[in-house]
Amino acid sequence: MALELNNEYQYGFHDSEENYAFKSGRGLTKEIVLSISKMKNEPQWMTEFRLKSLEIFYKKPMPKWGNTQLISEIDFENIFYYVKSSEKQEKNWEDVPKEIKNTFDRLGIPEAERKFLAGVSAQYESEVVYHSLREDLKKLGVLFLDMDSGLREHPEIVKKYFSTIIPPEDNKFAALNSAVWSGGSFIYVPPNTKVEIPLQAYFRINTENMGQFERTLIIADEGSSVHYIEGCTAPTYSSDSLHSAVVELIALKNAKIRYTTIQNWSKNVYNLVTKRAVAHEGAVVEWLDGNMGSKLTMKYPSIYLVGEKAHGEVVSVALASGSDQHQDAGAKIIHAAPNTTSVIISKSISRNGGRASYRGLLKVLKGAANVKSSVKCDALMLDEKSRSDTYPTMEIDEQGVQIEHEATVSKIEDEKLFYLMSRGLSEEQAKLMIVNGFMEPFVKELPMEYAVELNRLIELEMEGAVG
Amino acid sequence: MAELLKIKNLSIGIDGKEILHGLNLEINSGEIHAVMGRNGSGKSTFSNALMGHPAYKISTGEINFNGTLINNLKPNERAKLGLFLGFQYPLSIPGVTVANFLRQANKALKGDAVSPRDFRKLLYEKMDDLEIDHVFATRYINDGFSGGEKKRMEILQMAMLEPKLAILDEPDSGLDIDSLKLVAQSINKYKEKNPSVSVLLITHYQRMLDYIKPDKVHVFVDGNIVESGGPELALELEKKGYDWLTEKEAVKA
Ligand SMILES: Nc1ncnc2c1ncn2[C@@H]1O[C@H](COP(=O)(O)OP(=O)(O)O)[C@@H](O)[C@H]1O
Ligand SMILES: [Mg+2]
Repeated sequence: MALELNNEYQYGFHDSEENYAFKSGRGLTKEIVLSISKMKNEPQWMTEFRLKSLEIFYKKPMPKWGNTQLISEIDFENIFYYVKSSEKQEKNWEDVPKEIKNTFDRLGIPEAERKFLAGVSAQYESEVVYHSLREDLKKLGVLFLDMDSGLREHPEIVKKYFSTIIPPEDNKFAALNSAVWSGGSFIYVPPNTKVEIPLQAYFRINTENMGQFERTLIIADEGSSVHYIEGCTAPTYSSDSLHSAVVELIALKNAKIRYTTIQNWSKNVYNLVTKRAVAHEGAVVEWLDGNMGSKLTMKYPSIYLVGEKAHGEVVSVALASGSDQHQDAGAKIIHAAPNTTSVIISKSISRNGGRASYRGLLKVLKGAANVKSSVKCDALMLDEKSRSDTYPTMEIDEQGVQIEHEATVSKIEDEKLFYLMSRGLSEEQAKLMIVNGFMEPFVKELPMEYAVELNRLIELEMEGAVG
Repeated sequence: MAELLKIKNLSIGIDGKEILHGLNLEINSGEIHAVMGRNGSGKSTFSNALMGHPAYKISTGEINFNGTLINNLKPNERAKLGLFLGFQYPLSIPGVTVANFLRQANKALKGDAVSPRDFRKLLYEKMDDLEIDHVFATRYINDGFSGGEKKRMEILQMAMLEPKLAILDEPDSGLDIDSLKLVAQSINKYKEKNPSVSVLLITHYQRMLDYIKPDKVHVFVDGNIVESGGPELALELEKKGYDWLTEKEAVKA
């Protein structure tokens, strides 16, 4: 297989599809939904859930937020809703089909696993093709499976929590995911168990016009903690693909969940993801969300602070690069209990005609006394043709809340460039250094390997930044 | 000693307004030159133009550095030839640590020769010289630094990057007497270790020159050097003030 790396997008190669196990027809019908469910041998309640969700999807109008123009251009009839590349899931890397293995090898996944991960899941098209979890974690009762296996092997936990945080009625894309979901991760961490090193999942779209609809559910039981990281890529095609995930996090009393995303989709992927978490008493939920690539990203990780003293954080960066790219990202935090605290840090960079928007909601419900929150949005624009906007919303129904809100829009100042260049850095290096510095509050939260990788990606994106 | 910097008939303007008017100056390697002058007399304009600030346009004249005409070189190209500017008002770069910045600058100027460990060792040595706490290595460049800390950081950068000509734009302003001594000591130390290095020290107080002995002193008035002499000129200025020279200029004209 020849390496087809192109300059613009490092993961732009794609693999042959000739050995695929199953590929649904284009378009979305009841028959497709039924056949997905049947192929997966699902319990009746899930089949019904899918069919109900499909009805909701048909009826629901498109979202009225984000980039309504671009989402109206999605051709739902032209998408493959289910593509299965391999008959079974492997536990040994050697046994993964060669084409798929090559892809992940190139992306550095097995190497990353050996070095610093406690568990890895690799999803290729609709299905997870490889999965592993360290023995010591298995012994502790930690469950880390793909969502389909989770449903098969732990139906009682799945049934209890599945779709309780994000119902299909939530929005059109959540309904779509609910109807055709496949793959994703299922994690359960038993009480008082701390998973010290990250669990990781890797998502890869290979087929043109593919829809990837993974479904992730993480439950951290009382007093436990877990860090989950996901990475995403796809090849560059001339027509669009759709990634529409649903992610639900449940942090029970005093539990902690950190969820890190580094997405670097190619420029023809619609990335429309619904992510929501519930934090119970004393629990902590942190979303770390790095958005690069894609044609349009609409993603607003949210946290419902439902128990006293729960804490939520959303730290995100978005890089919009080029006039064909719009990052519409942000955060939602709902304070539904007293003494809850939250932090939102949003950083966006737009360059070369790219558009970055921050869309945020901070809500304090009546009765949620003594809430503290800090919201900080910084936008950096690298040239005149790029665009940045902020749409912050606050709904405060309780008195005596402490809210700090700060928003800045800046450019790279000539004086700073001169300062750095006087120390020997080229203009390009100086700009990159300023951009990296701008992203630092996000990057410093990442495990070292990811920080290095992200900096490298930004460097690739910024190549030729001097115009 | 060999000629390092030779400036002929240099005129500089900003936004179409001429600030320097036909300035001449020669600095040999190993020499320390002090430039004194009132606020607004054009000292920073001069230093920025030497380093290649794009806003300061050369209308006439030549800047030769180490045998190369540098009029059209970018700041980083000048830095590679061995020029360094210690800024009067250093800028902050949030999110970029001092160590990371200096390591990248060092790499840009000298190639990738030193290992991270050796680099750190060297950095800590120089920080010790300036009595800068090692935690500053992991702080963001000039972000929330006091005036004095910023000035010492400029000298630290000089000591790390080892230029042939260090242009120091008021390294003493805003410093208390202890910090001033430290900064002066550190400049002297760098000079002792590298005797061929030249320094162009811009200051408007005589005080700094009690610690750093200049070979030559130049006085700026209205965008030109109106008087040059030995260290005694600085003392005379201290006594008589700048008016004395301004009047002298008026008589000449
Ligand atoms: N960026 C600038 N734009 C406009 N005028 C400037 C600029 N920089 C300096 N000047 C003007 O040039 C003159 C010299 O200033 P400067 O070089 O800063 O003097 P000094 O450093 O001796 O105090 C002043 O009249 C100042 O207002
Ligand atoms: Mg000045």
